Amino acid sequence: MSGLLPIGLEVLYVIAGAFFAAISILSARDASNPKRWKNTAFWGLFAASFLFGSHLPDLINGLVVIAMVLVAGFGGLGQGAPATSSPEERRESAARLGNKLFLPALAIPATALAGTFAFKRPELAGIVDPKQATLVSLILGVFVALAIAMPMLRARLVTPLQEGRRLLDTVGWAAVLPQMLAALGAVFAAAGVGTAIGHLASTWLPDGSQLAAVCAYTFGMAIFTMIMGNAFAAFPVMTAGIGLPLIVLQFGGDPAIMGAIGMLSGFCGTLMTPMAANFNIVPAALLELKDRNGVIKAQVPTALLLLLANTALMYVLVFRF
Amino acid sequence: MLSLIGIVIVVVGFMARLNPLLVVTVAALVTGVAGGLGPVEVVETFGKAFKENRYVSVVWVVLPVIGLLERAGLQERAKTLIGAIQAATVGRLLLLYFILRQATSALGLTSLGGHAQMVRPLIAPMAEAAAETHYGAVPDETRQTIRAHTAAADNIALFFGEDIFIAIASILLIKGFLEQNGIIVEPLQLSIWAIPTAFCALAIHGTRLMLLDRQLAKTLAAGR
Repeated sequence: MSGLLPIGLEVLYVIAGAFFAAISILSARDASNPKRWKNTAFWGLFAASFLFGSHLPDLINGLVVIAMVLVAGFGGLGQGAPATSSPEERRESAARLGNKLFLPALAIPATALAGTFAFKRPELAGIVDPKQATLVSLILGVFVALAIAMPMLRARLVTPLQEGRRLLDTVGWAAVLPQMLAALGAVFAAAGVGTAIGHLASTWLPDGSQLAAVCAYTFGMAIFTMIMGNAFAAFPVMTAGIGLPLIVLQFGGDPAIMGAIGMLSGFCGTLMTPMAANFNIVPAALLELKDRNGVIKAQVPTALLLLLANTALMYVLVFRF
Repeated sequence: MLSLIGIVIVVVGFMARLNPLLVVTVAALVTGVAGGLGPVEVVETFGKAFKENRYVSVVWVVLPVIGLLERAGLQERAKTLIGAIQAATVGRLLLLYFILRQATSALGLTSLGGHAQMVRPLIAPMAEAAAETHYGAVPDETRQTIRAHTAAADNIALFFGEDIFIAIASILLIKGFLEQNGIIVEPLQLSIWAIPTAFCALAIHGTRLMLLDRQLAKTLAAGR
């Protein structure tokens, strides 16, 4: 591991690891949660992965993940009951503090934004890893917001951690699902799943009509994205299998238009799949929806209409420019 | 072809509503074995991939400050602010957020929104307040629909805004892929062709949000 500077992922992993470790310890002390030892173990293992993962052999990293899944996969995690304010206290506090309350909340995106630009300037080079400028700035924004909010609310040090635990418990194991799916994508790639689907798609290739080629490509992008949970994984496979050979090479379509609208067709698929957990499953948990697929259901009509629109746009535009 | 068994496991597992962590792990391990890896190698590959994708979960560090502000009444304040505006309806509020989110994403400012930082603490309570201003108490089922729509507006505006920005990951991926195949395109050429879809997204989802207002008026006015 290199030194502390430039600040990059390793520093963020230590911060996140410390947060998850605190969640684990606070969970252990919360007797109101009937599954408190499961929560303790789950967040403790997750903390270990963040704090030590870069230095552990990959076999141990894999066993840590499997242990986490065994803890949460059967019967799920429990919900603690950290002390928080009552609805009356919140109304009273909101009336007293007024719009000042928005200041720390808006400090997070403001810092994220300012940092993203600032850390890429040559004068500040070497402080932050330029590839991670946005993520580092976002976490910096969290500390700026805490620096504003803590004195304003005269909060104790443990209070934000307990409130963080309250929110993390409402999300539960779903908090780890996006990372898990990203890992699944990597295993799929290593096992050649993409190329296998590409072969499958190209054996069913429609021949002859331009419209059929465009439909196969846009709908293929959406469907493959739904399976993989990620348009980025679908794009190279579908474009190599259908987009390039048919739309560009056979019919002389414009590659820029094909690529741009092809990717956007994939995004329509992202709106319709639980595999895109960070966009669809995590917000359902954060908003305490009873239906895990509630967000997807709100998105499906727009996604389908937009997929038709993309198909029409590509058909009209790609052969004309 | 055998490696596709992982996809079957994922689809069946999600449809059977088994725990997704379990489904994903089994799918990964089975896919690895089907792809010719030994049992130790499979666990290593999965562990390595999990480790390398830790950056995905770093964003949870925002929860303590969001929770702290909620404790101090942030959601209540957001409600008061919107509740005072008679013209605010659920659909109009979400359309305004949609336009702001799409426009800022098109300028590359994708970190201005997000479910943990923006939707849960601010947008969702505002949307609920807009409904309460017009219809009084909102039944739980309708509240769930409204909340789901706040997350949907954030997602759709982000997806169909960000590709207009030339330095976003997806544009760079398209450029890189085409380059590997001997086709040179400029990022600007790609982002320009994201604009027609962006307008379609605005038109389609904007219309749906206006229809949502009508539907809320029907269900909530009838229940009053």
